[in-house]
Amino acid sequence: MKMTWVLLLITVVATALSDLLQSYEMKHAGAQSVGARGLARLVRMIVARRYLLLSIVCLAFSFFAFMALVQTAPLSFAVPASAASFILETAFAKVLLKERIGGRRAGGTLLVLCGIVLLGR
Amino acid sequence: MSISAKLLRTYIWLVLFLALRAVGNLSLAWGTRRLPQKLAADPLVYVRSMLDPFVAFGIVLLIVALLARLALLSVADLSFVLPMTAVGYVVAALLGRVFLHESVSLQRWFAVTLIFAGAALVGTTPQNTTATVRK
Repeated sequence: MKMTWVLLLITVVATALSDLLQSYEMKHAGAQSVGARGLARLVRMIVARRYLLLSIVCLAFSFFAFMALVQTAPLSFAVPASAASFILETAFAKVLLKERIGGRRAGGTLLVLCGIVLLGR
Repeated sequence: MSISAKLLRTYIWLVLFLALRAVGNLSLAWGTRRLPQKLAADPLVYVRSMLDPFVAFGIVLLIVALLARLALLSVADLSFVLPMTAVGYVVAALLGRVFLHESVSLQRWFAVTLIFAGAALVGTTPQNTTATVRK
């Protein structure tokens, strides 16, 4: 049971860092086109942009921790519980990425948080 | 690009990401449960686990899902993307119930409903509140 929470913590912290770096870089990259060509361009972009590359390293940590988590915990618990990271990320998005988080977005995020807390009980 | 074209592109990337991640996670969970050893015990088991076809297929789908999410972040805020992609938990609960025969209690369904409602509320806000600045 203790290992489950350790794996969850690694997943959450690594995911938050990875998302922050990805969002920062993609805001600067501009809108990406839909389709196979767009996906291929994204692969090249990961190699060229160092923060994206670093975000992939963080994602790898998160991924392996998550893989170990889903082996023992139910998928319907592991997937939503690992989403606890987005509360941390929403705060960082406002402070560091200067995103405008109004009442509806904050309220919606709070509802999602309530859902996650209920899942963990 | 017009606002409606950007909105359409946002939702195309969102649906693509949700579908890829849901099937990828399911395949990964299915594959890891067939493994004889616990993954947390030995790092080499991680490498060997990738030889399992379900684990390998899950990894490929999750890589493509990652690219779709990067594209999504190019047209929408992180604080928009996070709750919106929470809709994936509803899908995960459904897939876990149907394919992995996991028991999903009434309380867990209620929690999933709250997540869905929160995502729907966030969906009514503008998807991008920061100006795009090209390097």
